Amino acid sequence: MHTILKKERLNELVWRYRIAAPKIAKKRQAGQFVIVRVESDGERVPLTIADADASAGWIELIVQAVGHTTTKMSQLNEGDVILDLMGPLGHPTEIKKYGRCLCIGGGVGVAALYSIASALKAAENEVTTIVGARNQNLLLLETELEKVSDRLLIATDDGSKGQHGFVSDVFKKLQAQGEHFDFAIIVGPVMMMKVTSDLTVAAGIKTLVSLNPIMIDGTGMCGGCRVCVNNEIKFACVDGPEFDASGVDWDTVMQRLNAYHDVEKKHQCKLNGLPHDG
Amino acid sequence: MDKKTDRFTRTPMREQKPDVRKHNFDEVPCGYSEEEAVREATRCLQCKHAPCINGCPVHIKIPEFLKLIEEKKYSDAAQKIKEDNALPAVCGRVCPQEIQCELKCVLHGKGAPIAIGNLERFAADWQREHQQAPLERCAIKKNGKKVAIVGSGPSGLTVADELIRAGFEVTIFEALHVAGGVLMYGIPEFRLPKRIMQEEIHHLELLGVKIETNFVVGKTAELDDLFSDEYGFDAIYIGSGAGLPVFMGIPGENSVGVYSANEYLTRSNLMGAYKQNATTPISHGKHVVVVGGGNVAMDAARTALRLGAEHSVIIYRRSEVEMPARDEDVQHAKEEGVEFHCLCNPVAILSDAKGVVTGIRSSRMELGELDDSGRARPVAIKDSEFEIACDVVIIAIGNHPNPLIPQTAPDIDISSRGTIIVDETTGRTSKKYVYAGGDIVTGSATVILAMGAGKIAAKSMIEDLL
Ligand SMILES: Cc1cc2nc3c(=O)[nH]c(=O)nc-3n(C[C@H](O)[C@H](O)[C@H](O)COP(=O)(O)OP(=O)(O)OC[C@H]3O[C@@H](n4cnc5c(N)ncnc54)[C@H](O)[C@@H]3O)c2cc1C
Ligand SMILES: Cc1cc2nc3c(=O)[nH]c(=O)nc-3n(C[C@H](O)[C@H](O)[C@H](O)COP(=O)(O)OP(=O)(O)OC[C@H]3O[C@@H](n4cnc5c(N)ncnc54)[C@H](O)[C@@H]3O)c2cc1C
Ligand code: SF4
Ligand code: SF4
Ligand code: FES
Repeated sequence: MHTILKKERLNELVWRYRIAAPKIAKKRQAGQFVIVRVESDGERVPLTIADADASAGWIELIVQAVGHTTTKMSQLNEGDVILDLMGPLGHPTEIKKYGRCLCIGGGVGVAALYSIASALKAAENEVTTIVGARNQNLLLLETELEKVSDRLLIATDDGSKGQHGFVSDVFKKLQAQGEHFDFAIIVGPVMMMKVTSDLTVAAGIKTLVSLNPIMIDGTGMCGGCRVCVNNEIKFACVDGPEFDASGVDWDTVMQRLNAYHDVEKKHQCKLNGLPHDG
Repeated sequence: MDKKTDRFTRTPMREQKPDVRKHNFDEVPCGYSEEEAVREATRCLQCKHAPCINGCPVHIKIPEFLKLIEEKKYSDAAQKIKEDNALPAVCGRVCPQEIQCELKCVLHGKGAPIAIGNLERFAADWQREHQQAPLERCAIKKNGKKVAIVGSGPSGLTVADELIRAGFEVTIFEALHVAGGVLMYGIPEFRLPKRIMQEEIHHLELLGVKIETNFVVGKTAELDDLFSDEYGFDAIYIGSGAGLPVFMGIPGENSVGVYSANEYLTRSNLMGAYKQNATTPISHGKHVVVVGGGNVAMDAARTALRLGAEHSVIIYRRSEVEMPARDEDVQHAKEEGVEFHCLCNPVAILSDAKGVVTGIRSSRMELGELDDSGRARPVAIKDSEFEIACDVVIIAIGNHPNPLIPQTAPDIDISSRGTIIVDETTGRTSKKYVYAGGDIVTGSATVILAMGAGKIAAKSMIEDLL
């Protein structure tokens, strides 16, 4: 039984859940995700494991209510049970001593970023974290990230905190100051990952991005999560979700994410749910 | 029965009319009445050498169960089948009988072979509808050994059935949220009602089989974890199936509106997208093109009609004779209005500026020399390309073995095709106390072959462990 042990609102649209899941907590590594179902005949949605405690037997998920299922999930409370929870899925991030690491993220991508930054830090890397948001109120996990990073740099679209602009602007600034990095991991909205990884790859930094295509089964069975990497079809659930950014065909990644946009909008209205965020 | 006139004529099974059924997900054939079943069973010559039995991969005692139907001992008939086949209600419906048991029936050629599949279905349905599941559980003596089964498709379910009866403690680990494998997520409701699968699985649970869903072996726990003290299993059977869909590698395949058949059918069957209030989205294409010629392709094309498509078209690169789908399903698809373009091979999927599918371009093919599989190799005809406008393309050209176990258990020998290598006569893999069978070993095959492999492995598991 996957009982919700703790629920916490992080901002208008984002919640953090601590959920009893002893088997998954024991096995999970940085970069992995679970698939969740909250109602019968409902969708299966992938969510990153943001944190876990193997001995206490819980995992933490950070959920942004963007559509039907994530909105339904946001209505669950402490003591409620998650109908189905499967994982941990995907290849873990390859953690080793790279040297100077960049962890760049935005939106709920910081869930993954937090687990990866902690693991990189634990592996004795020097970690620079850059996170972005539209405004100060939408920044997530600031204190947590602060703890696992040697330095935390912030960018907001409206300039309400940190640098005015995007995470890519922050990176450009570091570059201009002559800083070098050995490794970068970028997790966030697709556009952000594309723009930023173009810069880091051009700077010769080995860069991983964590892709978040639409998924169904998460076991390599449906092909719905396929992405084109180095001109080959890869399935993000079993081959990813992280890929070397230099080979990713971003156009198809963006195209496929919008596949259900119209249908989803209809469901959203039916639910009387929260407004669509971006 | 007037034997002279009736011996060679098959008792037809009533079906929903094509123009009605193509708008609903109810089962197409309605089943035999008792009278019809007895009439059909009585046609059997009760051959001493019973060639039909050799046509069945699990050697069901066909004349014996037919005799019991003739004597109106329907439940006994079902029990007789179950001695060799744990899922008769399923096999009666989905076996390619025309190339197995019924092909070998002596009546074949002289007249219509006995409708063995229909009668198998009848006996199983009759027993399920008229009797409480027999509770044999208390009679089973436990032997103290624990076995884990990976995957709850027909192969895994068969092993569970055999081993629980032999006194083992049996747990099935299933990655998805429901048990049943392809029988639940692939084969549609109108061919195999999900209720039947659920009852078969429930029956196994009554016998004591434990089923843990949402448990991905290799991820939630690795094979070696299952052998550790924490889990304490003595042996493992892998029946993880052929999951990974194959794509064609042609331009446009990543456009919006291109599905693998697995995704399309899963959205419809498993996630219930066909039900009015389901939350799972599916493209309700008006013009749907399905690429492929097997059961999977037929299922996708017929599902599309039921989801409201005006046109449902099959593109297949060989001729209709080579189509691997069951005859009955091809027939049903045609009656429902699925259009067939045989000897055509897609070369590109066309899309608009937003990347949404608008059509498919194919070339016409002709049959050339025989290939390795003994079938004529299709060769493209020069300058024969043509386009079909459509808004959904479904790719149903096959599946590779599920990669999860091969990825996470490097000590098991895997073929270059990604299948697990076993000793065919025992089901043993290269890892001690690990067995495998079904599609993960053979590549995409059939339900009954997956069950047959399960029986072989169960037998050697009993030998090795007791
Ligand atoms: C590996 C992976 C890890 C993820 N981790 C997290 C996480 O930690 N926290 C979190 O909140 N979300 C995460 N996501 C995204 C999350 O799965 C989607 O937001 C969710 O599936 C949307 O479901 P829904 O029914 O609420 O929305 P829907 O009603 O299905 O969709 C609402 C809108 O979101 C878009 N959408 C649908 N699926 C995705 C997707 N996979 N990615 C981006 N947009 C999508 C739709 O096109 C639509 O516009 C992750 C996705 C992947 C693949
Ligand atoms: C659409 C369609 C129509 C078909 N029609 C017919 C037909 O008419 N007649 C016929 O005879 N055959 C048909 N087949 C083929 C037949 O369904 C398969 O040959 C058969 O199901 C194989 O059985 P299996 O037990 O090996 O695997 P599957 O049925 O594939 O079951 C494997 C199960 O293992 C689970 N699994 C995989 N990996 C793991 C893991 N790591 N941990 C836990 N669980 C895991 C999967 O989720 C799945 O539930 C059809 C197939 C499809 C797709
Ligand atoms: S299991 Fe299949 S092949 Fe065997 S007798 Fe039944 S229908 Fe025929
Ligand atoms: S071969 Fe045909 S007629 Fe003979 S026993 Fe088998 S089913 Fe009956
Ligand atoms: S989610 Fe179905 S193959 Fe990856």
